Parts: sequence; C-alpha cells; structure tokens
Amino acid sequence: MLGEFIQYLFSGLTSGAIYALVGLGFALIYNASHVINFAQGEFVMLGGMGTVFLAAAGVPLPLAVVVAIIGTACVGFALEKLAVEQTKNASVVTLIIITIGASIVLRGAAQVLFDKQFHTLPAFSGDEPINVLGATITSQTLWVLGITALIVVVLQWFFNRTLLGKAILATSVNPLAAKLVGINVSFVLLLSFGMSAALGAIAGVLITPITSTNFEVGIMLGLKGFSAAILGGLGNPFGAVIGGLILGIVEAFGAGYISSEYKDAMAFIIILLALFFMPSGLFGKKGTERV
Amino acid sequence: MLLEVNGMKSSYGRIEALHGIDVQVGEGELVALVGANGAGKTTFLRALSGVQPLTNGEIRFDGADITKSKPQARVKQGISQVPEGRQVFGPLSVEDNLRLGAYRRRGADTDADLERVFETFPILKRKRKESAGTLSGGQQQMLAMGRALMSNPRLLLLDEPSMGLAPLLVGEIFNIVQMLREQGTTILLVEQNAFQALAIADRGYVIETGRIVLTDTGENLINDEKVKAAYLGL
Repeated sequence: MLGEFIQYLFSGLTSGAIYALVGLGFALIYNASHVINFAQGEFVMLGGMGTVFLAAAGVPLPLAVVVAIIGTACVGFALEKLAVEQTKNASVVTLIIITIGASIVLRGAAQVLFDKQFHTLPAFSGDEPINVLGATITSQTLWVLGITALIVVVLQWFFNRTLLGKAILATSVNPLAAKLVGINVSFVLLLSFGMSAALGAIAGVLITPITSTNFEVGIMLGLKGFSAAILGGLGNPFGAVIGGLILGIVEAFGAGYISSEYKDAMAFIIILLALFFMPSGLFGKKGTERV
Repeated sequence: MLLEVNGMKSSYGRIEALHGIDVQVGEGELVALVGANGAGKTTFLRALSGVQPLTNGEIRFDGADITKSKPQARVKQGISQVPEGRQVFGPLSVEDNLRLGAYRRRGADTDADLERVFETFPILKRKRKESAGTLSGGQQQMLAMGRALMSNPRLLLLDEPSMGLAPLLVGEIFNIVQMLREQGTTILLVEQNAFQALAIADRGYVIETGRIVLTDTGENLINDEKVKAAYLGL
C-alpha cells in the first residue's frame, strides 16, 4: 500500500519536474514580453531529439547533451530575432500566433531532419533500480528531480541577486522605465527566449530516457507545461514550478488510483478548474498597486 | 551648448505632435519647458531619451549627433530621465530600483553614489528594503529622481515632478531640484506648474501644441503678460 503510494508519488514528481521546467520557460518569456510561447514544447522535443541524433552520429553523450541544449537555445534566439522582433508594434495576440506557426515549422523540420520514429537515450547513470520504502524508482528519476531543483535554485539566485536578473524583472514590470534607465530591452527579450529554449531542451534531455521522444512529443509537453504555468499564476516562475509539481502528482495519482485512461485529461481538468475558480492562479498577481 | 535640439518633429501615427522644436540647454543651466496638457512636453522628453522616434530634426549632445542613438547609449552618455508618473519598478525594493539606475555603469563602484542619493533623500534610506510600490506618491517621486541620479547624469530630464503631489511636497521637490542644480547638475525641467518652474529656472521655453512660442529668462517669462494670462492665471 505504502509502496504503491510512494511509487505514484515519485512518478508524479518526475513528470511534475519536467512540467515545471517547461512551465518556467513559459513564465520567463511571458514576463519579458507578455507573449505565451506555444513553441515551448518544441524546445523540449529539440533537446531530446537533438541529443539522440548527435549521439547516434558518434558524438559522446555528455557533449551531445551540451550541444543539443546550446543548439536549442540558438533556435530560441532565432525565433526572437527573426520572427518576434521583426514584427515591431505587433499586438501580443499576433505574436502568440507567430509562436504557434513556429511550433508547426519546428515540428515539420524535425520530421524531415530527424525522422518519425520513437527514440530513447540511455539513463545517465545506468538502469539499476533503487528501492525506496517498497517502491522501485530508477536513477534517472533522481537526475530529473536533482537537476530541476538545481535549476530552480540557480534561477532564484539569478533573479534575486544579479543586476541582470533584476533588469529582466524591471523590464517585465515597466518596459518604458527600463529603457529610460538604460536597460537594452531587446537584449532582455532575446535572452529570455534563449533561456526558455535552453530550459525546454534540458527538460527534453532529462525525460527522454524515461518516456522516449519523437518529433511530436512537444505538443503534449508544451500543453502540460502551459497548464503548470497557468495553475501557478502566469508570469510567476515560482508558481510555475509548484504548478508543475501539483500537475504531475495529480496525474500520477489519477492514473494510479482512478484510471490511466484519464491521465492526460487530469492536466486539462486542472487548468479548467483553475481558470474557473482562480483565474490568476495559485500565486498570480492580484493587481494591487498604489498610483 | 550641452544639448542642442534643431527642428525636432515627431508623430504618433499620422498625427504630428511636435512641429519643429528648437531648444538649447547650456552646461550647468536649469531650463524650464512649460506648457499646457497635450502641448507635447512629454513627447519632447521621450524623444530626447530615444524612446519616441523623430520624423525630422536632430539632437546634439555635447557636440555629438545622437539623433539615431539607442536609449541605453544616451543613458551611458549622460542623459537621464525622471519620467512622468514616476514609473518606479513597483515589486522591486527601493535599493534595487536605485541600483538599476546605475545599470549602464556596471562594474563601477556605485556604493558611494547610493550613499549620496540617500543623503539627498533620507527617507529612501529608511525604506531601502521595502518594495517601491508601497511608497507614497512623494516618496516614489524621490525614488524616481534618485534612480535617475544613480547614472551620474550630465543632463537630468525631469518630466512633471510635481504631478499629483500635495502642495507641501511640491515645494520640497522644487527645493531638491534647485539643490541639484546648485550641485552642478544640468537640468531640463518640464512642468505644467509654470510659475514654480520658471521661478527657479535660468531660462524658459513656452510650448504650445507642438511649437515653441516664447523663450526668455525665467524671470522675464514670469513677468510676460501673455504668459501670465495663459499659464499663471494672473
């Protein structure tokens, strides 16, 4: 009984951590530009698929991982530079539609460049299962949780302790004032897209040994990450992480105790409930400011 | 001249807001630009900071043509603006707001500048850890001014610093403006509050619907019959 519970919990935390990373990506771009980047899931796919194909081409795995993450970050830069920045003064809705277009392009490109098969990667430190209180978890689970935790800590430090991080926050609060103090707002935007893409790619690399990857995995992971971001309060990175973990755990318990048929539905039920009863999410801004 | 603006035109879409503005500000001067709501004062300052595009004309700063410079380059060269409505970074702490003011001087030691701002505005020191959004209007105005000073500006642009403040606070803000000027900062002050602005200014410009209609010393403008009638309610 307890073993089963722990098993579901770990499985939920693992997928929750991935949703959290994807949700973080949504939050970073949303903060900098108020754009919801629907190509976020494709960054996850590119990270996983890129690593798989680099490794298949004979690149040592650690190097393949790094190159895939950097490459995906470059795709993020390119999306900002070539699509978002070109449409000066376009409305946010237009920009969101552009990201949907970009996601379709990236999926199509992946289909042609890679292939349509499912691929997996070896787990980072072997397939030896670990026994925890009657549950069996893989070492990859620990990698996912550990690296996600590390990323959250690093981001926290970046935004609270560095001037550049604070400049990004300042830009999201008030772009005009940010320009007037000399912050290069288009650089902030570029950086946010690059960071989001890298986060997505890291999530893709981490999850591939567990769930495998193909050119379409980004659709579902993107939607789940989006749900995580909404649940946590759009634009609140901390909220996106909590939202992701809640989502993962609810999914795992729903699949375990109710029916695995409804696993994917759980995320969308949660997002609907959140939108009906808590439109600004768990940690969203309530909008009080002295004028 | 530290700042020279020649024939500046600027538009919002098809509507031209500035129809050719000529303004000069000399090193160490306090120059006031006064005019009614909608005359183009804020547009003019935004164009000076590079956040509002020009359709014509040129801006020279310390002899160099900066008409096409990016906003961040202008801050680096020493033009700093206190925007209308203060525009502090609400969720960030007072100290973070001030440190961001020195964003273009990363690497430089800004602790001394921070202390100097705290000396000018002691209230900010007491509230340094609080988030800027919780400050009162007057305190936010001081924070916005302190933030602009953190960039060590050669030219300080002040957009309606007295807007929305109680009369007592307005007096205090104008005292601070005068003090900054005495410390050697060159200031371009934009105000609806024409009398108080002209009273402390070396020279003044009167702007009306996107055109400069009068220019003289502050004292002469205050005594000018037309200005009295139109702006001072005398």
